[in-house]
Amino acid sequence: MRALDDVTKDQLRSDIPAFREGDTVRVNVRVVDFKDGKKGVEKRERLQAYEGVVIARHNKGISSSFTVRKISNGIGVERIFPLHSPMLGSVEVKRRGQVRRAKLYYLRDLRGKAARISERRY
Amino acid sequence: MSGLIARKAGMTQIFTEDGSALAVTVLNVETCKVIARRTSDKDGYDAIQVGYGAAKKAESRAVQGHYAKQGQEVMGSLKEFRVASDAAFELGQELTSSLFEVGQKIDVAGTSKGHGFAGVMKRYDFGGGRATHGAEKVHRQMGSTGQCQWPGRVFPGKKMPGHYGNVRKTVQNLEIVRIDEDLNRILVKGAVPGAKNGVLELRPAVKGA
Repeated sequence: MRALDDVTKDQLRSDIPAFREGDTVRVNVRVVDFKDGKKGVEKRERLQAYEGVVIARHNKGISSSFTVRKISNGIGVERIFPLHSPMLGSVEVKRRGQVRRAKLYYLRDLRGKAARISERRY
Repeated sequence: MSGLIARKAGMTQIFTEDGSALAVTVLNVETCKVIARRTSDKDGYDAIQVGYGAAKKAESRAVQGHYAKQGQEVMGSLKEFRVASDAAFELGQELTSSLFEVGQKIDVAGTSKGHGFAGVMKRYDFGGGRATHGAEKVHRQMGSTGQCQWPGRVFPGKKMPGHYGNVRKTVQNLEIVRIDEDLNRILVKGAVPGAKNGVLELRPAVKGA
């Protein structure tokens, strides 16, 4: 992978803040809508927020990604975002969590109080 | 139009303008030079002979003589590309990635990865047998090879275990995503045959626009 880093380095994003597993983040995703307008099909772009706990990070150059889990209407939802994708508007770190695992897949089996993550202190 | 010789550098992904990720193969184009010309008058077909790569330590006198006859320096190896009879190519002319353009479809030929003597599951994607339920020694076997007294033989071409890979393969209609002329490098959409550092022939697509 390292040998091809120069192919992708101009596409790597430096505006994404540092965050790690256990942090609560708000991801603003660019969503493109196609709507039938007066002048044919209109293309509209908007930002959609998705907030949840980062349960995994996959660090591999341009292919890096992270998984965000949230409970939506009582149902667990996980979304995997490519870290360097131009479709990511921005990422805000809402809360820093103290965890002892790199992959927090155990949260999938926990509900409510048990699924809390204590705040990280510096 | 001629072709190019390149080496596979590996695969990675890039993001397109609409935000989708695209799997690409990076091809490092070798130093390519026109060494000789084949003409239909003399040879029965029109082509250019292209030398590529750095010269090996010792070439035989015969090979040295071939280059000397054309007034060229010895290069690593030679390949031929068919060209039109009136195509303008000079001896010694260097061929670079600028031969192609972004968006163009090309065919990439090379030697596929060798898998040795492989069974039918790996070689032909057969389903194999059951893992449990009393299956004994038939987990990866090919099953039946045909019928009974009629036809009384196995049909030719029946897919069976054997040597897999390490043959010349061509992948057609790969789109050129990016060309870096400074690094003499081409990025194509999708995968190409062979291992990293394998030698590949790049030609304009014979099918498709």
